[in-house]
Amino acid sequence: MSNKVLMKGTEAIAQAAIECGCKYYFGYPITPQTELSEYMAKKLPKVGGLCLQAESEVAAINMTLGAAAAGTRVITSSSSPGISLKSEGISYMAGCDLPCVIVNVQRGGPGLGGIQPSQQDYYQATRGVGHGDLRLLVLAPSSVQEMAQLTVEAFDMADIYRMPAMILADGALGQMMEPVDFDSIPRRDIPEKPWAACGHNNERKKNIVNSLYIDPQVLENVVDERYKRYDVIEETEARCEEYLCEDADIVLVSFGITARICKTAIKAAREEGIKVGLIRPITLWPFPKKNIAAIAENAKVFLSVEMSKGQMIDDVRLAVNGKAPVHFYGRTGGMIPTPEAVLENIKKLAEEINA
Amino acid sequence: MKTDNRIKIVCGHYGSGKTNVCVNLALLYKKMFPSTEVALADIDTVNPYFRAADAVKQLEDSGIHTIIPEFANTNVDIPSLPAELYSLFSKDSKTVSFLDVGGDDGAAALGMYSDLIRECGYEMIYVISKYRPLISDVDAAADLMNIIEEVSHLRCTAIVNNSSVGQETTRDDIINSLDYAHKVSEKCGLPLLFTSYYHDLVGDISKEGEKFFPMKNVTKQIF
Repeated sequence: MSNKVLMKGTEAIAQAAIECGCKYYFGYPITPQTELSEYMAKKLPKVGGLCLQAESEVAAINMTLGAAAAGTRVITSSSSPGISLKSEGISYMAGCDLPCVIVNVQRGGPGLGGIQPSQQDYYQATRGVGHGDLRLLVLAPSSVQEMAQLTVEAFDMADIYRMPAMILADGALGQMMEPVDFDSIPRRDIPEKPWAACGHNNERKKNIVNSLYIDPQVLENVVDERYKRYDVIEETEARCEEYLCEDADIVLVSFGITARICKTAIKAAREEGIKVGLIRPITLWPFPKKNIAAIAENAKVFLSVEMSKGQMIDDVRLAVNGKAPVHFYGRTGGMIPTPEAVLENIKKLAEEINA
Repeated sequence: MKTDNRIKIVCGHYGSGKTNVCVNLALLYKKMFPSTEVALADIDTVNPYFRAADAVKQLEDSGIHTIIPEFANTNVDIPSLPAELYSLFSKDSKTVSFLDVGGDDGAAALGMYSDLIRECGYEMIYVISKYRPLISDVDAAADLMNIIEEVSHLRCTAIVNNSSVGQETTRDDIINSLDYAHKVSEKCGLPLLFTSYYHDLVGDISKEGEKFFPMKNVTKQIF
């Protein structure tokens, strides 16, 4: 696809996956991400792939595990309650060192919650998806172009580090439409997969993909080795966008669709002479703590803006490390913050620091 | 647009801009015929957000009656439609009604009303866009029209070309879509009614032998 096209966020993820060689999709429908499976159902058979609507999210993630174990690129998607169902399988994939891309187009929770957009699964994605000592690569797109770009990057990083990667989007990003250019997306060198259980033809030793270790010492060794990879990722892969931070007294931290809302509010605040900027984490794990720490040297106050009751704020506080107060503004339950409300919060902080 | 068919249906691929076309047509119609009663019904049962329900205030302020599903823009996706819809298809009604239909086979929601709609007299506009990947191919666009006709039990009567790349749409993007639009029109055996576009983005457009419909973007803006 060489020309610019107009796509929904969910479609952009699906097309990006196809563009970077993913031929397998396993999922179960849930609003607001069902267009992703619909797109895959229409497109994958045409490229010799398979889109399968499983009987449940639990089945879908275990099919994903199987495909990944065979060494192929594979993607699954869901929205918040569906990711909860997938978490056992995600933990097994982390334990098996299997790469895959998992998409969460978040909706309001907890429980069945609602179908409107949210960012309430930050903790789940960065801390608690499944049991055990494990991490996911977590990427947070902020535009439909980034839905495509970060999907490709998620596949590459998952393969390089042999671990699941998650696209943490939200319903607004999933449903809204923007132009997408697939040709401009950067690609990385991808290692071979000599570990894949894809048939040995009596030509090599058989590969076993497994997360069960009989001897506790062996399990500890495996987890320790995995954490060495996590250390490399934390050191090298954290990314964020810094917007008007150079002279900022007030620094907003916000990801995904909420960061777009913050930018509108920041432009309005700048017009009123308030020195305010934005740090937009692009990777949520690894969290861009070094960037935030560097900006905390000069900033007077931070404001974490989220579509939740305040989850990322914990990571912001850890990164700021007491150098400046960290405040919070958020909406929850599927309500989207307005640029006006964010602006009001910026103005309040401006008054406080000038008082 | 004809004036003798009371029911105006706007259908097409999801994301082709049906809602914008439908709302703008209703507003234009009311402006042209201020004494006519005009209604707009959101009968999209598939789309969770970004729908005609977002434009209720603008429509009502312009004197257009709106009929919106009870659960539109709420936290549940229950594909129910209000009973009030039947009032539009009553034999005694003179209201000119615009129906904003769900994308793709979401047009199945029309099926249950199809007998009544046929009795009223209708036109059904099939909205296309060269820049939507799943219908960017002429054959694919024609195939989707057949699916929509099959599930709605109604026939499309005209094509509207709403080829757009959102806020980045240029005059060239619009002009470059005309060939596609004529080919779809030929393949479907239906007239190309006009090419619609956001006037705010590109201003006036004209080309010999082509009809253009400048529109306002009524999509809900989040940021």
